[in-house]
Amino acid sequence: MTEETVAFTIENFYKFVKEGKIMGAQCNKCGHVTVPPRPVCPKCLSKHLTWKENPKQGKLLTYTIIHVCPEQFQPLAPYAVGVVELENGAHLPGMIKGIPHEKIKIGMRLTIDFEEAKSEGWPQWPRCYFKP
Amino acid sequence: MSGKPLISIISAGMSKFGKRDGLFGRELFVEAATEAYERCPNLDPKRDIKALFVGMMGESYEHQGHTGPTIADWIGITPVQAFRTEGACGSSATAIRCGIFAVLSGLADIVMVGGVEKMTHRATADVTEYLAMASDFFFEQWNGLTFPGLFAMVATAHMHKYGTKEEQMAMVAVKNHHHGALNPKAHMQKEITMEQALSSRVVAWPLKLYDCSLITDGASCLILAKPELAKKYTDTPVHIIGSGQASDTIGLFERDQFTSLNAGKAAAQEAYKMAGIDPSEVDVAEVHDCFTIAEIVAYEDLGFCKPGEGGRFIEEGQSQIGGKVAVCTSGGLKSKGHPVGATGTAQAYEIYLQLTEQAERRQVKGAEIGLTHNIGGLGGTGVVNIFRRG
Ligand SMILES: [Zn+2]
Repeated sequence: MTEETVAFTIENFYKFVKEGKIMGAQCNKCGHVTVPPRPVCPKCLSKHLTWKENPKQGKLLTYTIIHVCPEQFQPLAPYAVGVVELENGAHLPGMIKGIPHEKIKIGMRLTIDFEEAKSEGWPQWPRCYFKP
Repeated sequence: MSGKPLISIISAGMSKFGKRDGLFGRELFVEAATEAYERCPNLDPKRDIKALFVGMMGESYEHQGHTGPTIADWIGITPVQAFRTEGACGSSATAIRCGIFAVLSGLADIVMVGGVEKMTHRATADVTEYLAMASDFFFEQWNGLTFPGLFAMVATAHMHKYGTKEEQMAMVAVKNHHHGALNPKAHMQKEITMEQALSSRVVAWPLKLYDCSLITDGASCLILAKPELAKKYTDTPVHIIGSGQASDTIGLFERDQFTSLNAGKAAAQEAYKMAGIDPSEVDVAEVHDCFTIAEIVAYEDLGFCKPGEGGRFIEEGQSQIGGKVAVCTSGGLKSKGHPVGATGTAQAYEIYLQLTEQAERRQVKGAEIGLTHNIGGLGGTGVVNIFRRG
C-alpha cells in the first residue's frame, strides 16, 4: 500500500499487518503516535496525520494464561496473552508463543511476528503475536 | 461533614437473585417494582412516576430489545417516558445518573431507575460471548482475550507491582460468600473455604473459578424524588449526597497502567468532592467485585487504603462487617450474583437497606454513610454514588 493515500482506519491497520508492518498514525501537530491508528489524534484532535511504522521489539507489561476460551481458540488452550510496550512506547495486545508458560515474566523482551488467521465471514484480519 | 441531598431514594426493590427458571427479565422486574411500590404506600405509581430509566446490557440474552417501554408496560406505568441505559455491567448505575439528571433538570419530580438481566437460560458459552461484548473486539478479543483474561492481566500487573497474592484474592471470595450467606436474596447463600477457592479450576491465570462472579438472573430498582418531596412519601428516605461518573478507553492495552481503573477513581473523586466527605467516613460500601482482584483494586481506587495495600486490607479483615468499612455486605457480585444490568441499582438497594436498618443479619450497626462503586466492562465506565441516612 502507498501510505500517502491510505485512510487511518482499523481495516488499513490490518492490511499493513498482512504486509508484516505495525503501523500507527503520527500526529503532525503534537507528535503523538496512535497505535492502532485513529482518524483523529486523541491528544490534540488534529486530523493532520502521517503513517509511521513501529518497532517490532518491546517488553511485556502484563499477561494471563487463558484456560476457558471461546470455541475458535479452543485448540490453543491454555494459551498466553499479554500487552507489550514497543520500543517507542506504543502498546499492543497479542498472544505469546514459543516459550513455556512458566518462563513468561513481566518485563521480558519480546518480538512481534505475524500469522494469517483462518476464519470464515467477517472479520478476516491477520494476527500479530509475540515471541522471545 | 456530609453534603446536602442531591436526590432522595423514597423506595427500592429487588427480585430474588439466582437461577430463576421460567421467568424472563420483564417478570423479574415486576418483582422488584412491586416491592418498591409496597414499601411506599403514599406513592401512586401511575400518577407520580414521571420517567423510567432501565439499565440492561444486551438484547442477545432474551432476543429482545426496546427495554424501556416493555418494562414500563409490565410494571403498569405506560404511557410514562421510558429509556434504556447501557454501560455494560455498569448499566443501571448509569440509569441512576440519568434519573439524577432528569430530576435536577426540573423535567420530572419523581422517577424510577433500575436494571435487569436474564442470563441463566442460555448456554454458558453464549453468555460468555455476550459478556465479552463489553470489551474491545477489534484488538483484544481478536487476539484471544476473554473477559476474565482481561481482569487476570490486571491481577498479574497488581501482583508484580505490589506483591499481591492469590491467597488475598481468595480471601475476597471467602468474605463475600460469608456475607452472601446472610442475604436471603443472594444467588449463592453458601460459605466457601480458602482451600475451595484456591483449588478451584483455573479460568484465566491467576484467576480461578471462585475469583469470578456468578451468572445470575435478577432485577432491581429505586424510586428517586426531589429531596423536598421525600418526606411526603416516606419517614425514612436515603439521600444521595455525592455522585460521579467517568469513562476510559475500552481497550485495556491502550492505558498507561493496569493496576487501577481510571474511570472508577475519577468517579470516586467527583462523588467525594460533591458529598464533602473523606473515604474514612464511609461505613458500608458495595463495590464492583466482578472478579476478586477488582474488589482489591476498588479499595485502593476508593481511597479505603493506599495504592498497593488492597491485598493487605482484605487480609487484615478491614473490609468485613465489623472492619474499617464493611464491603459487599450483600455478598457482592461474587455471591449475591451479577445479573449485569441489574447490578448498579442492586448495590444501591443494599445500601438503602443498610441505611434504613433493614439489612437484618448483615446489618452494619449505626451505618450513616454508604457508597456504591459500579464498573462497566473493564472500567470503560465507572460510577460512584455516596448515600446518607435521611
Ligand atoms: Zn496530536
